[in-house]
Amino acid sequence: MEANSAKKRKSVWNTIVAQHELIIMSVPLLLYKILFSYVPIAGWAMAFQDYKPSIRSFWKQKWVGFDNFVNLFTGLNGERFLRDLKNTLGQSFLTLLLGYIGAISLALLLNEVKNTTFKKIVQNITYMPHFLSWVIVTGLVSTMLAIPTSGGIINDVLIRLGLIDEPIMFLSEPKYFWWIVAFSNLWKEMGWNTIIYLAAMTSIDPTLYEAAVIDGANRYQKMWHITLPGIKSTIVVLLIMNIGHLLEAGFEIQYFLGNGLVVEKAEIIDIFVLKYGIQMGNYSLATAAGIFKTFVSIILISIANFIADRLGEEKLI
Amino acid sequence: MGVKKRKKVDIENIIFTTLNTTYLIFLCVVMIYPMLNTLAVSFNEPLDTVRGGIYIWPRKFTLYNYYVVFNMDTIYNAFYISVTKTIVIVVTNLFFTSMLAYTISRKEYIFRKFITTVFVLTMYFNAGLIPNYLLIKKLGLLNTFSVYWIPNIVSAFNLIVMRTYIKTIPESLIESAKIDGAREFHIYWRIVLPLITPCLATIALFVAVGSWNSWFDTFLYNSARQDLSTLQYELQKLLSSTMTAGTRGAPAGINEAGRAGTSGTGSGNVTTPQSIRAAITIFTSVPILLVYPFLQRYFIHGLAIGSVKE
Repeated sequence: MEANSAKKRKSVWNTIVAQHELIIMSVPLLLYKILFSYVPIAGWAMAFQDYKPSIRSFWKQKWVGFDNFVNLFTGLNGERFLRDLKNTLGQSFLTLLLGYIGAISLALLLNEVKNTTFKKIVQNITYMPHFLSWVIVTGLVSTMLAIPTSGGIINDVLIRLGLIDEPIMFLSEPKYFWWIVAFSNLWKEMGWNTIIYLAAMTSIDPTLYEAAVIDGANRYQKMWHITLPGIKSTIVVLLIMNIGHLLEAGFEIQYFLGNGLVVEKAEIIDIFVLKYGIQMGNYSLATAAGIFKTFVSIILISIANFIADRLGEEKLI
Repeated sequence: MGVKKRKKVDIENIIFTTLNTTYLIFLCVVMIYPMLNTLAVSFNEPLDTVRGGIYIWPRKFTLYNYYVVFNMDTIYNAFYISVTKTIVIVVTNLFFTSMLAYTISRKEYIFRKFITTVFVLTMYFNAGLIPNYLLIKKLGLLNTFSVYWIPNIVSAFNLIVMRTYIKTIPESLIESAKIDGAREFHIYWRIVLPLITPCLATIALFVAVGSWNSWFDTFLYNSARQDLSTLQYELQKLLSSTMTAGTRGAPAGINEAGRAGTSGTGSGNVTTPQSIRAAITIFTSVPILLVYPFLQRYFIHGLAIGSVKE
């Protein structure tokens, strides 16, 4: 027994010696990743302290238990945090839903286009916004939503169609904000997201379509009964990935388009963290909010994983 | 009977194709109009633009807006920083990520599983804004150029994509190199890298787009250093100080910063925030839009690989 384990140890050592080149090529990068992604987790301790940057020693900070978390929901900031949580989930959900409908339907329709030149042109144009930064996209969005003389084409069209008499101040009205976020995301990523569905569609067995035609299926029936089921697993996998990110509603878009008038619908958790943490120096409360966010994400992804498993799809992790 | 049915199908097909084509054309218009409109405004005389009614063609052509933009002192430096930062990130990220991907693609490598797990886990959670910020601060990276690239030399997602791609290289190639006495780094550099060029091109594009478009890193870490400012950050400063478009007509006080957008131009000539904004938007987005057509034949393949689960 003992001799056996000694032998084993020796063989591990031999492997390490034999693979020292691979180790030199990878272990420094492993340590790098641990430093940049795992070491900061130690900072979560701040959420359980009344952290004061002026106190040098980490261990001399005052420990307050779960006070920051309680404060997050019921304290002075409670209402604001809950509002921001609601905004985050609402905007995310709307974005996800519109994004799915948009990308899948576009992929289905593109798949029906027989003219390859036309298909390529459409694809190239719809991919384009993906390559623009949020700074630029929000700039474009605010121009498009402006009054007609400032280039606001949407108000322009609505007025010309006689649907409205006065231009709508889209960015000053809270009720539009979630929709603006969702549609901006749709505009930016819709074309790009079709790539993966189109790739999945090319792997569908063509004989299925032939068989369906013989059975008298029309175009819609083929889409509904063959193409959609054919990309089902792709849809589910992407859904799981996205559900894990449901609390990542973006940041830049709300930060750039939000203003004092719409703050009640625009502020999301990430902006809450930034304002309390970096700008107001309340590291403890901001970290608590960050931890809450991480935990909710992990729970969400576990649920999605479980559902995917039940549906007979492959699990993501 | 058969003929009748075929006719019905034909008509159905024609209607479908027409509707489909119409919808897709409409979609393209929606996608491309904002850019064309911005382009037109950037080439139109500022005072004429204010009258409204510029769609996709300039009414009174001028290069003046670009003249003003090119005379802003901050722009050259921001452009230089944006370009340098993007090149440094692309080179370091591709080098380190592919080297690590090579090691974890080797089945016999003892730490393969451990390294993969450590990296994959980071795709699902991170410590959050504040702890990360404090780490960067502790490491002395705040207000340095290095903060742009050092935290980004290996990315988990790209690592998995590259590893999957490297695995398609026949084992025998690597074996024979070994028999010839090649060292691991040599195999990686001379055999693996040249064979994964399409994958590298895809990842290079993603990394370059991400770096060119990033705004948050400058905002969070380097906002105190004007000389490290990037194009996106400068554009955003300009946009936020001239956010008249969406909130015009809103109660006073919303546009606190007012029309300060042109103050950097130092010229007494007439220009408007709207026109400057358009010119600088085009200036910022053209480089990245020029790159992607060259790389796009690679990325569809690359994305398809990225979606493959282990």
